[in-house]
Amino acid sequence: MVPVTSVGADSPVDGIVATVPIVLSLLVAVWALVAAVRHRPPDRMQFVGLAVLEVALLVLSVLALVAVGGGDRPGEPGAFFGYLVTLVCLPPLAWVLARMEPTRWGSAIVCAVCLVAPVVVVRLQQTWEVLGG
Amino acid sequence: MVETKSARQRTNSGPGRLLIAVYLLFAIAATSRAGLQLATKFDEAPVAYLLSGVAALIYIVAAVGLARAGHTGRRVALACCSVELVGVVAVGILSLVDKDLFPDETVWSQFGSGYGYIPLVLPVLGLIWLWRTRRAPA
Repeated sequence: MVPVTSVGADSPVDGIVATVPIVLSLLVAVWALVAAVRHRPPDRMQFVGLAVLEVALLVLSVLALVAVGGGDRPGEPGAFFGYLVTLVCLPPLAWVLARMEPTRWGSAIVCAVCLVAPVVVVRLQQTWEVLGG
Repeated sequence: MVETKSARQRTNSGPGRLLIAVYLLFAIAATSRAGLQLATKFDEAPVAYLLSGVAALIYIVAAVGLARAGHTGRRVALACCSVELVGVVAVGILSLVDKDLFPDETVWSQFGSGYGYIPLVLPVLGLIWLWRTRRAPA
């Protein structure tokens, strides 16, 4: 239960740059889920998806770091950078575990990790802009 | 496509690997959150933050136990899953009864509702998995 909050227009982790990885991640999750249900090991598509997702997350991170370099500050710096580091580590984690497990459960791992990534992106947005209360 | 139905399947393959992956995610999430809370605002809610720290530690140890498989690994995982289950239920009840005890959220508050109740489901799945991979009776 993570409430989606509106983030200020000056947030570097808002808009298309956050929407793209969220949508990508969910697409890979659905694809991997279908594979897992069909007893299929992670296929090429899942690995390509993870790679593209990683690129999108790196773009997000670079833009966030550029904003920080430009003088903007996240509301909760510690948590923000914690989430940022975690976020870019997720696709590689899924990749490694999926390679180790060439069964339907490998696909299930890709699905699980790709469901977590959007949550982390949303948390990232929330920690940039600390809401009152 | 062969799914081992063997009762002696190791804890660190097949569904177990998925379980380890989720435990890893929780270990990362709980550790970084607890570390941050303990380091920056320990005085605000010491009980809650210490509990977060303990929960984080248990997730790490459980993941290692499942991943190492073997006799010791299984016992470690069994202990961790049991403590987790007791912990999440106890803290869940306490956080409902006495809100002042945990002024800030922990992984286990409200039965882990902040984490989609996964903290409640995870130890149950862990115990089921350990049961299903137990040594076949001689």
